Amino acid sequence: MADSAHGTHHAEMSFWRRYVFSTDHKVIGIQYSITALVFLFFGFSLMLLMRWQLAYPDQPLPIIGGLFGELRMPGGVMLPDFYNQLGAMHGTIMVFLGVVPLAVGGFGNFVVPLQIGAPDMAFPRLNMASYWALFLGGVTMFASFFVPGGAAQSGWTSYPPLSDIAPMGQTIWLVGMLFLIVSSLLGAINFITTILQLRAPGLTFMRFPFFVWAQFVTAFLLLLGFPPLQAAGIFQLMDRLAGTSFFLPSGLVVSGQPIAATGGGSPILWQHLFWFLAHPEVYVLILPAMGIVAEVVANNTRKPLWGYKSMVYSLLFLGFMSFIVWAHHMFITGMGTAMSSFFQTTTMIISIPSVIILSCLIISLWGGSIRFNTPMLFALAFLPMFGIGGLTGLPLGLATADIHLHDTYYVIGHFHYVVAPGTILALFAGIYYWYPKATGRKMSEFLGKLHFWPSFIFMNGVFLPMLIQGLHGVQRRLYDGGAAYAHAQPVLHLNKIMSYSAWGLALTQVFFIVNFFWSLRKGEKTSDNPWEATTIEWSAPSPPPHGNFVSMPQAYRGPYEYSVPGHPTDFLPQFSPGAGEKAKTGQAGKTSH
Amino acid sequence: MSTESHTVDIQKHVRWYLRVFAALMILTVVTVAVSYLELTTRLAVAVALFIATIKGSLVACYFMHLISERKFIYTVLIVTVIFFVAMLLGPVMTQINSAGA
Amino acid sequence: MEIPYTVSERPDTGLNNVKIGIWLFLASEIMLFGALFASYILLRVGATKWPDGSSILSVPMAFTNTMVLISSSVTMVMAWASLMEKKLGRYRLFMGLTIVLGLAFLVIKFFEYRAKFHHGLHPSTSTFMALYFTLTGLHAAHVAGGIGINAYLWGPGLKLWERAPQQFTNRVETAGLFWHFVDLVWIFLFPVLYLL
Repeated sequence: MADSAHGTHHAEMSFWRRYVFSTDHKVIGIQYSITALVFLFFGFSLMLLMRWQLAYPDQPLPIIGGLFGELRMPGGVMLPDFYNQLGAMHGTIMVFLGVVPLAVGGFGNFVVPLQIGAPDMAFPRLNMASYWALFLGGVTMFASFFVPGGAAQSGWTSYPPLSDIAPMGQTIWLVGMLFLIVSSLLGAINFITTILQLRAPGLTFMRFPFFVWAQFVTAFLLLLGFPPLQAAGIFQLMDRLAGTSFFLPSGLVVSGQPIAATGGGSPILWQHLFWFLAHPEVYVLILPAMGIVAEVVANNTRKPLWGYKSMVYSLLFLGFMSFIVWAHHMFITGMGTAMSSFFQTTTMIISIPSVIILSCLIISLWGGSIRFNTPMLFALAFLPMFGIGGLTGLPLGLATADIHLHDTYYVIGHFHYVVAPGTILALFAGIYYWYPKATGRKMSEFLGKLHFWPSFIFMNGVFLPMLIQGLHGVQRRLYDGGAAYAHAQPVLHLNKIMSYSAWGLALTQVFFIVNFFWSLRKGEKTSDNPWEATTIEWSAPSPPPHGNFVSMPQAYRGPYEYSVPGHPTDFLPQFSPGAGEKAKTGQAGKTSH
Repeated sequence: MSTESHTVDIQKHVRWYLRVFAALMILTVVTVAVSYLELTTRLAVAVALFIATIKGSLVACYFMHLISERKFIYTVLIVTVIFFVAMLLGPVMTQINSAGA
Repeated sequence: MEIPYTVSERPDTGLNNVKIGIWLFLASEIMLFGALFASYILLRVGATKWPDGSSILSVPMAFTNTMVLISSSVTMVMAWASLMEKKLGRYRLFMGLTIVLGLAFLVIKFFEYRAKFHHGLHPSTSTFMALYFTLTGLHAAHVAGGIGINAYLWGPGLKLWERAPQQFTNRVETAGLFWHFVDLVWIFLFPVLYLL
């Protein structure tokens, strides 16, 4: 800490200190982003393999099928065990190593300190530690594919007793999760402290950009949600390594053989502890995305966000409520009607703040002179996609409807609408939006649009049929995609549509990858504030130097003062003193004439 | 802050620490003593948790200086305690509710 | 560029960064131990029969350990108070005592565990034993971690006192907050496992 007085010497730092073990939040943010993008691509590839088995059950995978070896795909035909590994690891990797590190670790790290006018995060070395903990967790998860018996195969939820008696890959999964939990906890502590302590003078809470609010609430969800999963992970490790029976009930019989364990445990206990994290985790996935969309929408409609305050209060309420709805994932565990009603009610209540935030974003579009650039297209697509994701969740929150829909493809469709066309589109919006800040160059608009339109169409091609299949009662986690079931026959042809859409979606990402690397060298050079935005990060040079700002920034007004009447330009940045407005506080812009 | 008033302040603190120490010792003895009385399980749990809560509060208030902390820390702790209670009660209530249903 | 408020307090929050950081960490620890206690309650309510802790576990040993840990909390807070009064010798004495008491706790715990293993009581013996070993084991790991931090602040970490006494005092206070929390957890673990 005291050493940071020598920060001016950074030019002399070695390559390792500058780019690998850096304590600069921007470098760490980029490390997080790239690691997360690689894992997103890896997790996506696992799903592409699964989609072959679902579209063409038990047929050999052409060309690359032979590469996976006799233990996984003999003769190119996928084994059920391997299918289960792909499924469990797809979920784990996409959630814990893809979306969260990108949304929180990547964007949070890179953007939040800049947006609040801070020189760095409050604990730079802790920040580095949290990245490396994530990295170790990622390596552990990846390595688990190569242990005897393969990777974890009990689903991303790892429900016992199945996971208690699964092969060694599950132990590695638990160890990997413990790394990821530590990483998230350290990160969460750092974010809250940074936002609270390091914000620029004048940046009061109600002048925060919405993205900062989103990260603030997200950090609390991570901080208080992860420890119960940590406890559950320790219990499961004890079950697997020390022979305890926390999650093994008495008299358990597997494949006709009684299990040699004392019993007396409760599989439901795992579900409680798991969902106590994993429900808030859903909001960890969606809130930063909402934050990004709010920034992009305000910037490209050239209007203040409609209902900023109600959005902020909704966000706080949402974060709070997300901790008391978890058992709606457990309606069919046999809890009584009283508790079902309780969790059903809280679940219905929590949909209200989400609807308020979404409505505010949609109303913000009204009467704006919208600029349809690439970030805005992704942000606009987020709105209806997240809407579908949210609305399809309501039947799952009602205990009676959930009994029919539980564990069907409907759940998969609902969840993916929230996270894939919802969050991931928003994350792409964020990458296109802040790329100029990170590199000093814009990404190509042409390639960006080539990336956007097919992605948008293919994502719906993948996930919309899932809702239909689910309503027909097709179960999730079926190795043959339902081919063996009579009730699945009318919707079986949808498997091919979904698979081809998924592969098309993969091909479309080539435009993004090319754009990303091409623009690093050849992209159009930009000014410090290419989008003519109002928040503080755009007052820093692009790319920002170590320490971020040339002089200490100050916030003079709210975050979204666009099209202020009487002001010569259509944006009045938070960081610019403005003509003769220094003395006024609060909504200085509104009375400028 | 002048050093003198600080020192006086600290000595006042130290006297409080010693009082709390004595109280904690006594309460520990009381807890163990009570456990030898043949109370019903329900009552024993209530008494043991009551004493533990007093002891815990003493540690938190005096050793951890919670009686004179800042607003933000209170906010964080209140929120945490609400979720803590939810987590203690939620699982067990679903268990009881399902057993009774 | 220096990071502000690492040592001094930010005027509007009245807190320095480290103070906020440690309290947030403790909040997460509350949820961690909360989950452990919640599991205890759920498993106990669901069990057909539950042993009386005092009939299996050694109450005298745990009673001694409670006294040891409470005393170490007092010496810890005295160590901090000594620093506030700029009395370095007293600080080293009290901090040393804290470390010794912490080690004593672990030694007693070790003998307790050994006696259990000796009598053939393992984590796999019953749900009660599983909870006992997991909960006390996790708590003991926290004690060990606290001893490590305290030992650093007693030995090599003391160099900071010359350069930045305020920052060093803050560090001791932070370590103290963690140490008192570990004590607080034990105050609940003791009756829950041993007496009920």
